[in-house]
Amino acid sequence: MRFLQLALASALAFTPATANAQSDSEMMFKNPSRLTQTEGKDIYGAICAGCHMPEGEGAVGAGKYPALANNETLEAAGYPIYVVIHGQRAMPPLGRVLNDEQIAAVVEYIRTNLGNNYTDPVTVEEVTESR
Amino acid sequence: MSSIEASMSRRQLLTMIGTAAGSAVMYNAMTTLGFAQASTYTGPIKLEGDPKGASVLILGAGLAGMTAALELRDAGYKVQVLEYREKAGGRCWTLRGGDKYVELGGAVQEVKFAEGNYINPGPWRIPHHHYGVLDYCKRLGVKLEPFMQVNHNAYLHHTEAFDGKPQRFREIASDYRGHVAELLAKVVNQDALDETVTPEDAELLLESLKTYGVLDENYAYVKSNETSEYRGWEKEPGGGVDGAPIPSETIGLAEILQSRLWTNLITGDSIDHQGTIFQPVGGMDMIAQGFEKQIGDLITYNAKVTKIDQNEDGVTVTYVDSNGGEAEQTASADYCICTIPFSILSQIEHNFSGEMTSVIDSMYYEGSVKFGLEFKRRFWEQDERIYGGITYTNLPISQISYPSTDYFSDGPGVLLGGYCWGATAYQFNALPPEERVARAVDYGAQIHPQYTEEFSNGVSVSWHRVPWVLGCYGIWRDKEAQYAAAAAMDGRTLMAGEHISYLPAWQEGAILSALDAVTRLHQHVVSA
Repeated sequence: MRFLQLALASALAFTPATANAQSDSEMMFKNPSRLTQTEGKDIYGAICAGCHMPEGEGAVGAGKYPALANNETLEAAGYPIYVVIHGQRAMPPLGRVLNDEQIAAVVEYIRTNLGNNYTDPVTVEEVTESR
Repeated sequence: MSSIEASMSRRQLLTMIGTAAGSAVMYNAMTTLGFAQASTYTGPIKLEGDPKGASVLILGAGLAGMTAALELRDAGYKVQVLEYREKAGGRCWTLRGGDKYVELGGAVQEVKFAEGNYINPGPWRIPHHHYGVLDYCKRLGVKLEPFMQVNHNAYLHHTEAFDGKPQRFREIASDYRGHVAELLAKVVNQDALDETVTPEDAELLLESLKTYGVLDENYAYVKSNETSEYRGWEKEPGGGVDGAPIPSETIGLAEILQSRLWTNLITGDSIDHQGTIFQPVGGMDMIAQGFEKQIGDLITYNAKVTKIDQNEDGVTVTYVDSNGGEAEQTASADYCICTIPFSILSQIEHNFSGEMTSVIDSMYYEGSVKFGLEFKRRFWEQDERIYGGITYTNLPISQISYPSTDYFSDGPGVLLGGYCWGATAYQFNALPPEERVARAVDYGAQIHPQYTEEFSNGVSVSWHRVPWVLGCYGIWRDKEAQYAAAAAMDGRTLMAGEHISYLPAWQEGAILSALDAVTRLHQHVVSA
């Protein structure tokens, strides 16, 4: 067990050296199977922004990633919650890499940012029920 | 959260998928990640009989589309191929110096590799039993060379083991095997296996363990000239006065177990990774170029398909210029072979059956990220005697693969500086390319300190940002239930590609599905 204690101690001390460290950089890659960020903005930046882009502007190629900016389909929280958990067409289901709290936080973030202003709160219970 | 979990091997990913999703998904993932069955390819197909002037429109000039085009043209069909990109190959793709790659979001990467260096962002290996790919390589004159999968002199690395110092694969493999053999021998000698093994077999088992684990006369795995023949020496045998070797210390079982470096010991033993395994000389897209030489005149490039309309008379496809043109053009034929990835096809207007549509709409594509890093010199060869092969690590880069070509050359060399899946790939996907590369260099420097001094330039391809596929291979929601519908002829169209196969993500799957599609199409045409 001594090894494990040592391992844990050095794991906590471990911070990847990065040339262009971002504010949330130490939160990245902590777990190979899940994201570990907890704030909606950080979760958006660590996963959603990869396809929907940093300002939610989306992207177009042979197909497209829809814009989340100024997106009226976000009016009812149930829709983005469902899509995040279960995926839709090209979008992978993210219910295994994000927990209910993270999904609630990121859905609340996209509904109140990126030009959207749907201020009714998103509850963890809604996410749990949508699984 | 301990960073002891900070990277994921294929095997760990499989364990996770098996636990979370059950056996059907597990099987799908196993075939994908390289624990699959052999190819069913039985030799060049013979499409006998008169196609009676029939025409076929093929959507996509990847390996599936070009295989179909080659065989159908040779059988007498009128063939036209529409391709979104400016060149053929699809995921059979190589980046070289001078290439420019624009990913979704608009980030531009200008590849600055030296002449002759390259990275394969997609498929990079051809297993010995992928008979279809190998046969087309032979027919198309594509030269192959061995790909070094297992290198006993490469490393196994874990940030929390051995003070973060990488260990030679050879030492961990030999010591793990030796200790396991010693333990089993102890059990046999304690007569603990009497009910499982006959006395005669127990004797044979002991004898075999001695050979297998390199045990001494007391069935112990110890420091000796014999074990050093496998794990390496403290001082190598030499010539002359001081030629006598010095055997090396073994690493204890507990230390190996706790290091978790055993995780990737058998990765190279799966049938898809066993020797011999090949790569095309000069880059994977030499296969694409080989096909293009044969049927390039049939391809219309920069054609972005916007609509597929089939009726009792034929198939009409509408397309626009991929570079932003508005003007619509159409192409028509009697039949269609559609190799457009379902991630793209689900966004194109079409009138396929409801059943086919539901499969198309349900398939998403997996994320994965690769890095090509060029260094000023081949320090892995010059300093560490690593010639090809793969180092595995729990760092987010997951692995480093050394080039299996141009050994001992003096110029710069390109490493595969990382190959990631899962949550790690999602997070790399969310970073701009230059930051992805910077992080891959930082992580790799924990294994090879020379990185810092020798790094020259790099490129990274995140498959969820590849504009023409949105992922690296198709994931079935329920393959058992959906596969037949997706493979069936739908009106006048047949689907083909790696997604319509039981070798997902492999080029062999793309070729076999195309051969199956053209065979069935031909039977339909000649019997009509």
